[in-house]
Amino acid sequence: MIENRPGLNLLAHLTLMLGVVVVALPVWVAFVASTHTATDFMSGTIPMWPGPHLLENYGRMLDSGVSTSGMPPVGTMMLNSLIMALLIACGKIAISITSAFAIVYFRFPLRRMAFWCIFITLMLPVEVRIVPTFQVVADLGMLNSYAGLSVPLIASATATFLFRQVFLTIPDELTEAARIDGAGPMKFFRDILLPLSRTNIAALFVILFIYGWNQYLWPLLITTSSDYYTIVAGIKRMADAVDGLPQWHLVMATAMLAMLPPVAVVIGMQRLFVKGLVETEK
Amino acid sequence: MKRTIFRNQLLPWLLLAPQLAITFVFFLWPAAQAIRQSFLRQDAFGINTTFVGLSNFKALWTSPEYLNSLQVTAVFAVSVTILSMGFSLLLAVAVDRMIRSTSVYTTLLVWPYAVAPAVAGILWWFIFNPTIGVMPYVLATVGYDWNHISSKTDAMILVVIASAWKQISYNFLFFVAGLQSIPASLREAAAIDGAGPVRRFFDITLPLLSPTTFFLLVVNIVYAMFDTFAVIDATTEGGPAQATNIMVYKVYFDGFVGQNMGSSAAQSVVLMLIVIALTVIQFRWVEKKVAY
Repeated sequence: MIENRPGLNLLAHLTLMLGVVVVALPVWVAFVASTHTATDFMSGTIPMWPGPHLLENYGRMLDSGVSTSGMPPVGTMMLNSLIMALLIACGKIAISITSAFAIVYFRFPLRRMAFWCIFITLMLPVEVRIVPTFQVVADLGMLNSYAGLSVPLIASATATFLFRQVFLTIPDELTEAARIDGAGPMKFFRDILLPLSRTNIAALFVILFIYGWNQYLWPLLITTSSDYYTIVAGIKRMADAVDGLPQWHLVMATAMLAMLPPVAVVIGMQRLFVKGLVETEK
Repeated sequence: MKRTIFRNQLLPWLLLAPQLAITFVFFLWPAAQAIRQSFLRQDAFGINTTFVGLSNFKALWTSPEYLNSLQVTAVFAVSVTILSMGFSLLLAVAVDRMIRSTSVYTTLLVWPYAVAPAVAGILWWFIFNPTIGVMPYVLATVGYDWNHISSKTDAMILVVIASAWKQISYNFLFFVAGLQSIPASLREAAAIDGAGPVRRFFDITLPLLSPTTFFLLVVNIVYAMFDTFAVIDATTEGGPAQATNIMVYKVYFDGFVGQNMGSSAAQSVVLMLIVIALTVIQFRWVEKKVAY
Protein backbone atom coordinates (compact mmCIF):
# COMPACT_ATOMS: atom_id res chain seq x y z
CA MET A 1 0.00 0.00 0.00
CA ILE A 2 1.35 3.34 -1.02
CA GLU A 3 -0.75 5.94 0.69
CA ASN A 4 -3.50 5.81 3.25
CA ARG A 5 -6.84 6.24 1.57
CA PRO A 6 -9.62 5.01 3.85
CA GLY A 7 -12.18 5.40 1.06
CA LEU A 8 -10.25 3.10 -1.25
CA ASN A 9 -9.66 0.58 1.50
CA LEU A 10 -13.37 0.46 2.19
CA LEU A 11 -14.05 0.01 -1.53
CA ALA A 12 -11.50 -2.82 -1.68
CA HIS A 13 -13.13 -4.56 1.28
CA LEU A 14 -16.57 -4.19 -0.28
CA THR A 15 -15.29 -5.60 -3.59
CA LEU A 16 -13.75 -8.59 -1.86
CA MET A 17 -16.89 -9.23 0.17
CA LEU A 18 -18.92 -9.10 -3.03
CA GLY A 19 -16.43 -11.58 -4.52
CA VAL A 20 -16.76 -13.92 -1.58
CA VAL A 21 -20.56 -13.76 -1.82
CA VAL A 22 -20.55 -14.46 -5.58
CA VAL A 23 -18.18 -17.37 -5.08
CA ALA A 24 -20.16 -18.81 -2.19
CA LEU A 25 -23.70 -18.17 -3.47
CA PRO A 26 -24.24 -21.33 -5.52
CA VAL A 27 -22.86 -23.53 -2.77
CA TRP A 28 -24.99 -21.82 -0.14
CA VAL A 29 -28.13 -22.29 -2.23
CA ALA A 30 -27.21 -25.95 -2.78
CA PHE A 31 -26.54 -26.46 0.91
CA VAL A 32 -29.87 -24.88 1.90
CA ALA A 33 -31.71 -26.98 -0.67
CA SER A 34 -30.05 -30.13 0.63
CA THR A 35 -31.52 -29.56 4.11
CA HIS A 36 -35.16 -29.45 3.04
CA THR A 37 -37.70 -31.96 1.80
CA ALA A 38 -39.11 -32.22 -1.71
CA THR A 39 -42.40 -30.63 -0.64
CA ASP A 40 -40.61 -27.44 0.46
CA PHE A 41 -39.90 -26.66 -3.19
CA MET A 42 -43.50 -27.16 -4.28
CA SER A 43 -44.61 -23.72 -3.10
CA GLY A 44 -42.66 -22.16 -5.97
CA THR A 45 -40.04 -20.23 -4.04
CA ILE A 46 -37.10 -22.02 -2.57
CA PRO A 47 -36.08 -21.31 1.01
CA MET A 48 -32.97 -19.23 1.75
CA TRP A 49 -32.18 -20.68 5.18
CA PRO A 50 -31.28 -24.25 6.14
CA GLY A 51 -34.11 -26.57 7.14
CA PRO A 52 -34.15 -29.42 9.65
CA HIS A 53 -33.62 -32.34 7.26
CA LEU A 54 -29.84 -32.25 6.89
CA LEU A 55 -28.95 -35.54 8.54
CA GLU A 56 -31.95 -37.31 7.08
CA ASN A 57 -31.14 -36.33 3.45
CA TYR A 58 -27.39 -36.93 3.65
CA GLY A 59 -27.84 -40.18 5.56
CA ARG A 60 -30.29 -41.43 2.99
CA MET A 61 -28.03 -40.58 0.06
CA LEU A 62 -24.87 -42.06 1.57
CA ASP A 63 -26.65 -45.17 2.66
CA SER A 64 -29.11 -46.12 -0.06
CA GLY A 65 -29.28 -43.42 -2.73
CA VAL A 66 -32.21 -42.89 -5.05
CA SER A 67 -33.12 -46.51 -5.52
CA THR A 68 -35.86 -45.86 -8.08
CA SER A 69 -33.37 -44.41 -10.59
CA GLY A 70 -31.06 -47.41 -10.39
CA MET A 71 -28.29 -45.34 -8.85
CA PRO A 72 -25.91 -46.89 -6.35
CA PRO A 73 -25.64 -45.30 -2.89
CA VAL A 74 -23.57 -42.12 -2.84
CA GLY A 75 -21.22 -43.80 -0.38
CA THR A 76 -20.29 -46.37 -3.05
CA MET A 77 -19.78 -43.68 -5.68
CA MET A 78 -17.58 -41.66 -3.32
CA LEU A 79 -15.48 -44.72 -2.66
CA ASN A 80 -15.10 -45.26 -6.42
CA SER A 81 -14.11 -41.62 -6.86
CA LEU A 82 -11.59 -41.92 -4.06
CA ILE A 83 -10.03 -45.05 -5.58
CA MET A 84 -9.89 -43.43 -9.02
CA ALA A 85 -8.42 -40.16 -7.70
CA LEU A 86 -5.75 -41.97 -5.65
CA LEU A 87 -4.81 -44.30 -8.52
CA ILE A 88 -4.53 -41.38 -10.94
CA ALA A 89 -2.53 -39.17 -8.56
CA CYS A 90 -0.15 -41.91 -7.40
CA GLY A 91 0.16 -43.41 -10.88
CA LYS A 92 0.98 -40.08 -12.51
CA ILE A 93 3.56 -39.27 -9.86
CA ALA A 94 5.17 -42.71 -10.01
CA ILE A 95 5.57 -42.97 -13.78
CA SER A 96 6.52 -39.31 -14.18
CA ILE A 97 9.22 -39.28 -11.53
CA THR A 98 10.92 -42.34 -13.01
CA SER A 99 10.64 -40.88 -16.53
CA ALA A 100 12.19 -37.61 -15.39
CA PHE A 101 14.98 -39.54 -13.65
CA ALA A 102 15.72 -41.43 -16.86
CA ILE A 103 15.74 -38.29 -18.98
CA VAL A 104 17.89 -36.19 -16.64
CA TYR A 105 20.42 -38.70 -15.31
CA PHE A 106 21.07 -40.98 -18.30
CA ARG A 107 22.35 -40.53 -21.85
CA PHE A 108 20.94 -43.06 -24.24
CA PRO A 109 20.00 -43.23 -27.92
CA LEU A 110 16.56 -41.80 -28.77
CA ARG A 111 16.48 -39.89 -25.48
CA ARG A 112 15.26 -36.76 -27.27
CA MET A 113 12.57 -38.73 -29.04
CA ALA A 114 11.31 -40.22 -25.78
CA PHE A 115 11.13 -36.70 -24.38
CA TRP A 116 9.05 -35.51 -27.35
CA CYS A 117 6.69 -38.48 -27.13
CA ILE A 118 5.89 -37.45 -23.58
CA PHE A 119 5.65 -33.79 -24.56
CA ILE A 120 3.06 -34.55 -27.25
CA THR A 121 0.57 -35.83 -24.67
CA LEU A 122 0.12 -32.18 -23.65
CA MET A 123 -1.46 -31.56 -27.02
CA LEU A 124 -3.84 -34.51 -26.95
CA PRO A 125 -6.45 -33.93 -24.23
CA VAL A 126 -8.91 -36.81 -23.92
CA GLU A 127 -11.69 -34.67 -25.41
CA VAL A 128 -10.06 -34.55 -28.86
CA ARG A 129 -9.35 -38.27 -29.25
CA ILE A 130 -12.30 -39.53 -27.34
CA VAL A 131 -13.84 -42.03 -29.78
CA PRO A 132 -10.65 -43.96 -30.71
CA THR A 133 -9.42 -43.98 -27.09
CA PHE A 134 -12.72 -45.47 -26.04
CA GLN A 135 -12.29 -48.16 -28.72
CA VAL A 136 -8.79 -49.01 -27.46
CA VAL A 137 -10.03 -49.35 -23.89
CA ALA A 138 -12.98 -51.44 -25.04
CA ASP A 139 -10.69 -53.71 -27.10
CA LEU A 140 -8.45 -54.21 -24.08
CA GLY A 141 -11.47 -55.25 -22.03
CA MET A 142 -10.95 -52.43 -19.57
CA LEU A 143 -14.50 -51.07 -19.53
CA ASN A 144 -16.07 -51.09 -16.07
CA SER A 145 -12.85 -51.51 -14.12
CA TYR A 146 -10.68 -49.34 -11.89
CA ALA A 147 -7.81 -49.88 -14.35
CA GLY A 148 -9.94 -48.49 -17.17
CA LEU A 149 -10.90 -45.50 -15.05
CA SER A 150 -7.33 -44.59 -14.16
CA VAL A 151 -4.63 -46.04 -16.45
CA PRO A 152 -5.53 -44.16 -19.67
CA LEU A 153 -5.31 -40.88 -17.77
CA ILE A 154 -2.01 -41.32 -15.95
CA ALA A 155 0.46 -40.35 -18.67
CA SER A 156 1.58 -36.87 -17.71
CA ALA A 157 3.87 -34.46 -19.51
CA THR A 158 3.26 -31.76 -16.89
CA ALA A 159 4.38 -33.93 -13.99
CA THR A 160 7.40 -35.20 -15.94
CA PHE A 161 8.50 -31.63 -16.72
CA LEU A 162 8.01 -30.62 -13.10
CA PHE A 163 10.28 -33.40 -11.82
CA ARG A 164 12.78 -32.73 -14.60
CA GLN A 165 12.92 -29.12 -13.42
CA VAL A 166 13.39 -30.21 -9.80
CA PHE A 167 16.17 -32.68 -10.69
CA LEU A 168 18.01 -30.10 -12.77
CA THR A 169 18.32 -27.86 -9.69
CA ILE A 170 19.86 -30.66 -7.61
CA PRO A 171 23.64 -30.03 -7.49
CA ASP A 172 25.89 -32.40 -9.45
CA GLU A 173 28.12 -32.72 -6.38
CA LEU A 174 25.45 -34.84 -4.71
CA THR A 175 25.50 -37.27 -7.61
CA GLU A 176 29.30 -37.35 -7.62
CA ALA A 177 29.44 -37.96 -3.88
CA ALA A 178 26.89 -40.75 -4.20
CA ARG A 179 28.87 -42.37 -7.01
CA ILE A 180 32.15 -42.13 -5.11
CA ASP A 181 30.44 -43.83 -2.17
CA GLY A 182 29.49 -46.61 -4.56
CA ALA A 183 25.75 -45.92 -4.87
CA GLY A 184 24.12 -47.27 -8.02
CA PRO A 185 21.44 -45.29 -9.89
CA MET A 186 18.48 -46.83 -8.08
CA LYS A 187 20.02 -46.30 -4.66
CA PHE A 188 20.74 -42.68 -5.60
CA PHE A 189 17.13 -42.30 -6.76
CA ARG A 190 15.68 -43.81 -3.60
CA ASP A 191 17.95 -42.26 -0.98
CA ILE A 192 18.70 -38.83 -2.48
CA LEU A 193 16.26 -37.81 -5.21
CA LEU A 194 13.04 -39.00 -3.57
CA PRO A 195 13.68 -37.34 -0.19
CA LEU A 196 14.78 -34.11 -1.91
CA SER A 197 11.61 -33.89 -3.99
CA ARG A 198 9.26 -34.71 -1.11
CA THR A 199 7.49 -31.32 -0.98
CA ASN A 200 7.17 -31.23 -4.77
CA ILE A 201 5.56 -34.66 -4.68
CA ALA A 202 3.13 -33.52 -1.98
CA ALA A 203 2.20 -30.34 -3.86
CA LEU A 204 1.70 -32.26 -7.07
CA PHE A 205 -0.37 -34.86 -5.26
CA VAL A 206 -2.84 -32.21 -4.09
CA ILE A 207 -3.37 -30.92 -7.64
CA LEU A 208 -3.59 -34.41 -9.15
CA PHE A 209 -5.99 -35.66 -6.51
CA ILE A 210 -8.38 -32.83 -7.40
CA TYR A 211 -7.84 -33.54 -11.10
CA GLY A 212 -8.60 -37.22 -10.60
CA TRP A 213 -11.62 -36.71 -8.37
CA ASN A 214 -13.18 -34.21 -10.80
CA GLN A 215 -12.90 -36.40 -13.92
CA TYR A 216 -16.20 -36.41 -15.73
CA LEU A 217 -16.20 -37.37 -19.41
CA TRP A 218 -13.98 -40.43 -19.09
CA PRO A 219 -15.83 -42.18 -16.24
CA LEU A 220 -19.13 -41.31 -17.89
CA LEU A 221 -18.07 -43.15 -21.05
CA ILE A 222 -16.44 -46.26 -19.73
CA THR A 223 -18.67 -47.12 -16.79
CA THR A 224 -21.94 -48.73 -17.71
CA SER A 225 -22.18 -50.84 -14.59
CA SER A 226 -23.40 -48.85 -11.61
CA ASP A 227 -20.80 -50.60 -9.40
CA TYR A 228 -18.15 -48.36 -10.95
CA TYR A 229 -20.02 -45.05 -11.11
CA THR A 230 -18.02 -42.15 -9.72
CA ILE A 231 -19.83 -39.41 -7.88
CA VAL A 232 -19.00 -36.53 -10.25
CA ALA A 233 -20.17 -38.50 -13.28
CA GLY A 234 -23.04 -40.07 -11.35
CA ILE A 235 -24.56 -36.80 -10.24
CA LYS A 236 -25.54 -35.95 -13.80
CA ARG A 237 -27.21 -39.33 -14.26
CA MET A 238 -29.04 -38.64 -11.02
CA ALA A 239 -30.17 -35.16 -12.10
CA ASP A 240 -31.49 -36.69 -15.33
CA ALA A 241 -33.24 -39.46 -13.47
CA VAL A 242 -35.04 -37.15 -11.09
CA ASP A 243 -36.11 -34.67 -13.75
CA GLY A 244 -39.60 -36.15 -13.78
CA LEU A 245 -40.26 -35.84 -10.07
CA PRO A 246 -38.31 -32.97 -8.52
CA GLN A 247 -35.97 -34.42 -5.90
CA TRP A 248 -33.62 -31.48 -5.98
CA HIS A 249 -32.90 -31.74 -2.27
CA LEU A 250 -31.27 -35.13 -2.86
CA VAL A 251 -29.38 -34.01 -5.97
CA MET A 252 -28.01 -31.03 -4.04
CA ALA A 253 -27.03 -33.23 -1.10
CA THR A 254 -25.08 -35.35 -3.59
CA ALA A 255 -23.49 -32.23 -5.11
CA MET A 256 -22.37 -31.13 -1.64
CA LEU A 257 -20.86 -34.56 -0.99
CA ALA A 258 -19.17 -34.55 -4.42
CA MET A 259 -17.34 -31.30 -3.72
CA LEU A 260 -16.58 -31.88 -0.06
CA PRO A 261 -13.35 -33.97 -0.36
CA PRO A 262 -11.51 -31.84 -2.97
CA VAL A 263 -12.59 -28.56 -1.33
CA ALA A 264 -11.42 -29.89 2.04
CA VAL A 265 -8.07 -30.77 0.46
CA VAL A 266 -7.68 -27.26 -1.01
CA ILE A 267 -8.58 -25.48 2.22
CA GLY A 268 -6.69 -27.85 4.50
CA MET A 269 -3.52 -27.91 2.40
CA GLN A 270 -3.71 -24.43 0.90
CA ARG A 271 0.03 -23.84 0.92
CA LEU A 272 0.80 -27.09 -0.91
CA PHE A 273 -2.11 -26.47 -3.27
CA VAL A 274 -0.84 -23.03 -4.32
CA LYS A 275 2.70 -24.40 -4.69
CA GLY A 276 1.44 -27.24 -6.86
CA LEU A 277 -0.70 -24.96 -8.99
CA VAL A 278 2.16 -22.56 -9.70
CA GLU A 279 4.70 -25.32 -10.33
CA THR A 280 2.58 -27.32 -12.76
CA GLU A 281 2.20 -24.23 -14.95
CA LYS A 282 5.91 -23.62 -15.39
CA MET B 1 22.23 -30.65 -18.66
CA LYS B 2 23.80 -32.79 -15.98
CA ARG B 3 27.57 -33.24 -15.97
CA THR B 4 27.42 -36.31 -13.79
CA ILE B 5 25.36 -39.11 -15.21
CA PHE B 6 24.91 -42.84 -14.86
CA ARG B 7 26.13 -45.07 -17.63
CA ASN B 8 23.44 -47.77 -17.72
CA GLN B 9 21.79 -48.24 -21.10
CA LEU B 10 18.92 -50.57 -20.29
CA LEU B 11 17.81 -49.01 -17.00
CA PRO B 12 16.58 -45.68 -18.47
CA TRP B 13 14.31 -47.59 -20.86
CA LEU B 14 12.87 -49.60 -17.99
CA LEU B 15 12.25 -46.37 -16.09
CA LEU B 16 10.57 -44.82 -19.10
CA ALA B 17 8.63 -47.93 -20.10
CA PRO B 18 5.37 -47.33 -18.16
CA GLN B 19 5.05 -43.73 -19.29
CA LEU B 20 5.90 -44.52 -22.92
CA ALA B 21 3.62 -47.58 -23.01
CA ILE B 22 0.64 -45.57 -21.78
CA THR B 23 1.49 -42.72 -24.12
CA PHE B 24 1.59 -45.03 -27.13
CA VAL B 25 -1.47 -47.12 -26.32
CA PHE B 26 -3.81 -44.39 -25.05
CA PHE B 27 -2.50 -41.21 -26.68
CA LEU B 28 -0.54 -41.71 -29.90
CA TRP B 29 -2.39 -44.73 -31.27
CA PRO B 30 -5.89 -43.22 -30.74
CA ALA B 31 -4.71 -39.91 -32.17
CA ALA B 32 -3.38 -41.73 -35.24
CA GLN B 33 -6.70 -43.56 -35.51
CA ALA B 34 -8.57 -40.27 -35.39
CA ILE B 35 -6.41 -38.90 -38.16
CA ARG B 36 -6.87 -42.09 -40.24
CA GLN B 37 -10.64 -42.13 -39.74
CA SER B 38 -10.91 -38.51 -40.73
CA PHE B 39 -10.01 -39.60 -44.27
CA LEU B 40 -12.46 -42.52 -44.33
CA ARG B 41 -16.18 -42.90 -44.61
CA GLN B 42 -18.11 -45.78 -43.06
CA ASP B 43 -21.42 -47.00 -44.39
CA ALA B 44 -24.45 -47.09 -42.12
CA PHE B 45 -23.71 -50.61 -40.85
CA GLY B 46 -20.00 -50.07 -40.29
CA ILE B 47 -19.06 -52.88 -42.68
CA ASN B 48 -17.47 -51.00 -45.55
CA THR B 49 -15.05 -48.16 -45.20
CA THR B 50 -13.86 -46.18 -48.18
CA PHE B 51 -11.06 -43.67 -48.50
CA VAL B 52 -12.63 -40.31 -49.21
CA GLY B 53 -9.66 -37.96 -48.99
CA LEU B 54 -10.48 -34.57 -47.58
CA SER B 55 -14.20 -34.78 -48.14
CA ASN B 56 -14.95 -35.13 -44.40
CA PHE B 57 -13.18 -31.84 -43.85
CA LYS B 58 -14.87 -30.24 -46.81
CA ALA B 59 -18.21 -31.38 -45.46
CA LEU B 60 -17.43 -29.63 -42.18
CA TRP B 61 -16.81 -26.27 -43.80
CA THR B 62 -20.11 -26.42 -45.61
CA SER B 63 -22.09 -27.75 -42.66
CA PRO B 64 -24.14 -24.95 -41.08
CA GLU B 65 -24.15 -26.90 -37.82
CA TYR B 66 -20.37 -26.99 -37.66
CA LEU B 67 -20.02 -23.34 -38.59
CA ASN B 68 -22.56 -22.57 -35.89
CA SER B 69 -20.48 -24.63 -33.45
CA LEU B 70 -17.36 -22.63 -34.36
CA GLN B 71 -19.21 -19.41 -33.72
CA VAL B 72 -20.70 -20.66 -30.45
CA THR B 73 -17.26 -21.80 -29.29
CA ALA B 74 -15.73 -18.41 -30.08
CA VAL B 75 -18.47 -16.47 -28.28
CA PHE B 76 -18.35 -18.85 -25.34
CA ALA B 77 -14.55 -18.90 -24.96
CA VAL B 78 -14.22 -15.12 -25.26
CA SER B 79 -17.08 -14.47 -22.80
CA VAL B 80 -15.78 -16.93 -20.21
CA THR B 81 -12.25 -15.55 -20.49
CA ILE B 82 -13.25 -11.88 -20.21
CA LEU B 83 -15.78 -12.40 -17.43
CA SER B 84 -13.56 -14.62 -15.32
CA MET B 85 -10.33 -12.68 -15.82
CA GLY B 86 -11.99 -9.30 -15.34
CA PHE B 87 -13.65 -10.29 -12.10
CA SER B 88 -10.51 -12.02 -10.81
CA LEU B 89 -8.33 -9.01 -11.63
CA LEU B 90 -10.71 -6.76 -9.71
CA LEU B 91 -10.49 -9.05 -6.68
CA ALA B 92 -6.72 -9.43 -6.98
CA VAL B 93 -6.20 -5.66 -7.11
CA ALA B 94 -8.44 -5.27 -4.07
CA VAL B 95 -6.61 -7.98 -2.11
CA ASP B 96 -3.29 -6.41 -3.08
CA ARG B 97 -4.23 -3.36 -0.96
CA MET B 98 -4.85 -5.53 2.11
CA ILE B 99 -2.22 -6.21 4.71
CA ARG B 100 -3.70 -8.32 7.47
CA SER B 101 -6.77 -9.79 5.80
CA THR B 102 -5.04 -11.11 2.63
CA SER B 103 -4.91 -14.73 3.72
CA VAL B 104 -8.50 -14.78 4.96
CA TYR B 105 -9.85 -13.44 1.67
CA THR B 106 -7.55 -15.74 -0.31
CA THR B 107 -8.84 -18.81 1.53
CA LEU B 108 -12.43 -17.70 0.95
CA LEU B 109 -11.80 -17.17 -2.77
CA VAL B 110 -9.64 -20.13 -3.86
CA TRP B 111 -11.78 -23.15 -3.04
CA PRO B 112 -14.00 -23.13 -6.18
CA TYR B 113 -10.93 -24.48 -8.00
CA ALA B 114 -11.69 -27.79 -6.33
CA VAL B 115 -15.31 -27.95 -7.47
CA ALA B 116 -15.73 -30.22 -10.48
CA PRO B 117 -16.97 -28.43 -13.63
CA ALA B 118 -19.90 -30.84 -13.75
CA VAL B 119 -20.88 -29.96 -10.18
CA ALA B 120 -20.47 -26.24 -10.92
CA GLY B 121 -22.83 -26.72 -13.85
CA ILE B 122 -25.41 -28.51 -11.69
CA LEU B 123 -25.23 -25.78 -9.01
CA TRP B 124 -25.86 -22.94 -11.45
CA TRP B 125 -28.48 -24.99 -13.29
CA PHE B 126 -30.34 -25.21 -9.99
CA ILE B 127 -29.96 -21.51 -9.15
CA PHE B 128 -31.30 -20.57 -12.57
CA ASN B 129 -33.98 -23.27 -12.66
CA PRO B 130 -36.98 -21.52 -14.26
CA THR B 131 -39.55 -22.97 -11.85
CA ILE B 132 -37.82 -23.12 -8.47
CA GLY B 133 -34.54 -21.22 -8.95
CA VAL B 134 -33.53 -18.10 -7.02
CA MET B 135 -32.26 -16.05 -9.95
CA PRO B 136 -35.37 -16.29 -12.21
CA TYR B 137 -37.37 -15.20 -9.15
CA VAL B 138 -35.11 -12.16 -8.70
CA LEU B 139 -35.04 -11.44 -12.44
CA ALA B 140 -38.84 -11.62 -12.62
CA THR B 141 -39.07 -8.71 -10.18
CA VAL B 142 -37.22 -6.53 -12.72
CA GLY B 143 -39.41 -7.84 -15.51
CA TYR B 144 -37.05 -10.37 -17.14
CA ASP B 145 -38.54 -13.72 -17.98
CA TRP B 146 -35.60 -16.13 -17.58
CA ASN B 147 -35.83 -19.49 -19.31
CA HIS B 148 -32.64 -21.26 -20.33
CA ILE B 149 -34.58 -24.24 -21.61
CA SER B 150 -36.17 -22.27 -24.46
CA SER B 151 -34.05 -19.12 -24.80
CA LYS B 152 -30.74 -19.43 -26.64
CA THR B 153 -29.30 -16.31 -25.02
CA ASP B 154 -30.26 -17.40 -21.52
CA ALA B 155 -28.70 -20.83 -22.06
CA MET B 156 -25.44 -19.26 -23.25
CA ILE B 157 -25.38 -16.85 -20.27
CA LEU B 158 -25.92 -19.78 -17.92
CA VAL B 159 -23.02 -21.88 -19.22
CA VAL B 160 -20.75 -18.83 -19.39
CA ILE B 161 -21.46 -17.93 -15.75
CA ALA B 162 -21.01 -21.51 -14.53
CA SER B 163 -17.71 -21.91 -16.43
CA ALA B 164 -16.35 -18.50 -15.45
CA TRP B 165 -17.25 -19.01 -11.78
CA LYS B 166 -15.20 -22.17 -11.63
CA GLN B 167 -12.14 -20.39 -13.07
CA ILE B 168 -12.19 -17.32 -10.76
CA SER B 169 -9.93 -18.81 -8.12
CA TYR B 170 -7.26 -19.90 -10.59
CA ASN B 171 -7.05 -16.48 -12.24
CA PHE B 172 -7.18 -14.78 -8.85
CA LEU B 173 -4.16 -16.69 -7.51
CA PHE B 174 -2.05 -15.95 -10.59
CA PHE B 175 -3.06 -12.27 -10.69
CA VAL B 176 -2.18 -11.88 -7.00
CA ALA B 177 1.23 -13.48 -7.63
CA GLY B 178 1.72 -11.20 -10.65
CA LEU B 179 0.79 -8.09 -8.65
CA GLN B 180 3.13 -9.02 -5.83
CA SER B 181 6.03 -9.35 -8.24
CA ILE B 182 5.68 -5.70 -9.31
CA PRO B 183 8.18 -3.68 -7.26
CA ALA B 184 6.40 -1.31 -4.87
CA SER B 185 9.04 1.35 -5.58
CA LEU B 186 7.62 1.91 -9.07
CA ARG B 187 4.18 2.69 -7.75
CA GLU B 188 5.64 4.79 -4.94
CA ALA B 189 7.61 6.83 -7.44
CA ALA B 190 4.47 7.38 -9.49
CA ALA B 191 2.56 8.37 -6.34
CA ILE B 192 5.24 10.93 -5.46
CA ASP B 193 4.92 12.30 -8.98
CA GLY B 194 1.26 12.84 -8.23
CA ALA B 195 -0.38 9.92 -10.06
CA GLY B 196 -3.61 8.82 -8.41
CA PRO B 197 -4.60 5.17 -7.86
CA VAL B 198 -6.51 4.91 -11.15
CA ARG B 199 -3.67 6.43 -13.18
CA ARG B 200 -1.14 4.18 -11.43
CA PHE B 201 -3.22 1.14 -12.22
CA PHE B 202 -3.47 1.86 -15.94
CA ASP B 203 0.05 3.28 -16.46
CA ILE B 204 2.12 1.01 -14.22
CA THR B 205 0.31 -2.00 -12.82
CA LEU B 206 -1.51 -3.12 -15.94
CA PRO B 207 1.49 -2.95 -18.35
CA LEU B 208 3.76 -4.73 -15.87
CA LEU B 209 1.09 -7.35 -15.34
CA SER B 210 0.90 -8.14 -19.05
CA PRO B 211 3.01 -11.36 -18.93
CA THR B 212 0.59 -12.79 -16.33
CA THR B 213 -2.40 -11.53 -18.30
CA PHE B 214 -1.18 -13.10 -21.52
CA PHE B 215 -0.42 -16.40 -19.85
CA LEU B 216 -3.89 -16.47 -18.24
CA LEU B 217 -5.47 -15.54 -21.56
CA VAL B 218 -4.10 -18.72 -23.16
CA VAL B 219 -4.92 -20.88 -20.14
CA ASN B 220 -8.48 -19.57 -19.99
CA ILE B 221 -9.10 -20.09 -23.69
CA VAL B 222 -7.82 -23.67 -23.40
CA TYR B 223 -10.02 -24.16 -20.33
CA ALA B 224 -13.10 -22.73 -22.04
CA MET B 225 -12.57 -24.81 -25.17
CA PHE B 226 -11.73 -28.18 -23.65
CA ASP B 227 -12.42 -28.42 -19.92
CA THR B 228 -15.95 -27.11 -20.05
CA PHE B 229 -17.34 -30.25 -21.65
CA ALA B 230 -18.71 -31.27 -18.26
CA VAL B 231 -20.43 -27.93 -17.70
CA ILE B 232 -22.25 -28.22 -21.03
CA ASP B 233 -23.13 -31.88 -20.59
CA ALA B 234 -24.42 -31.38 -17.04
CA THR B 235 -26.59 -28.43 -18.01
CA THR B 236 -27.76 -27.63 -21.53
CA GLU B 237 -26.38 -30.63 -23.49
CA GLY B 238 -25.63 -28.27 -26.36
CA GLY B 239 -29.16 -26.94 -26.66
CA PRO B 240 -31.50 -25.27 -27.08
CA ALA B 241 -31.29 -25.49 -30.88
CA GLN B 242 -27.47 -25.95 -30.80
CA ALA B 243 -27.03 -22.61 -29.01
CA THR B 244 -24.39 -23.99 -26.63
CA ASN B 245 -23.00 -26.80 -28.79
CA ILE B 246 -19.28 -26.06 -28.42
CA MET B 247 -16.79 -27.96 -30.60
CA VAL B 248 -15.70 -30.43 -27.93
CA TYR B 249 -19.29 -31.31 -27.19
CA LYS B 250 -20.07 -31.74 -30.88
CA VAL B 251 -17.17 -34.20 -31.33
CA TYR B 252 -18.57 -36.29 -28.51
CA PHE B 253 -22.15 -36.02 -29.67
CA ASP B 254 -21.48 -36.82 -33.34
CA GLY B 255 -19.14 -39.68 -32.41
CA PHE B 256 -21.03 -41.41 -29.63
CA VAL B 257 -24.65 -40.44 -30.06
CA GLY B 258 -24.79 -39.73 -33.80
CA GLN B 259 -22.29 -42.53 -34.69
CA ASN B 260 -20.92 -40.35 -37.49
CA MET B 261 -17.31 -41.50 -37.16
CA GLY B 262 -15.78 -39.79 -40.18
CA SER B 263 -17.15 -36.38 -39.30
CA SER B 264 -16.33 -36.79 -35.62
CA ALA B 265 -12.75 -37.80 -36.46
CA ALA B 266 -12.34 -34.82 -38.79
CA GLN B 267 -13.56 -32.56 -35.98
CA SER B 268 -11.05 -34.20 -33.63
CA VAL B 269 -8.25 -33.39 -36.05
CA VAL B 270 -9.34 -29.74 -36.23
CA LEU B 271 -9.38 -29.59 -32.42
CA MET B 272 -5.91 -31.17 -32.26
CA LEU B 273 -4.57 -28.45 -34.55
CA ILE B 274 -6.10 -25.81 -32.29
CA VAL B 275 -4.55 -27.34 -29.14
CA ILE B 276 -1.17 -27.60 -30.86
CA ALA B 277 -1.36 -23.93 -31.85
CA LEU B 278 -2.34 -22.88 -28.32
CA THR B 279 0.40 -25.03 -26.74
CA VAL B 280 3.03 -23.54 -29.04
CA ILE B 281 1.88 -20.02 -28.11
CA GLN B 282 2.01 -20.93 -24.42
CA PHE B 283 5.53 -22.34 -24.62
CA ARG B 284 6.79 -19.40 -26.64
CA TRP B 285 5.58 -17.20 -23.80
CA VAL B 286 7.32 -19.34 -21.18
CA GLU B 287 10.60 -18.99 -23.09
CA LYS B 288 10.16 -15.23 -23.19
CA LYS B 289 9.54 -15.09 -19.47
CA VAL B 290 12.77 -17.00 -18.83
CA ALA B 291 14.72 -14.50 -20.95
CA TYR B 292 13.13 -11.56 -19.12
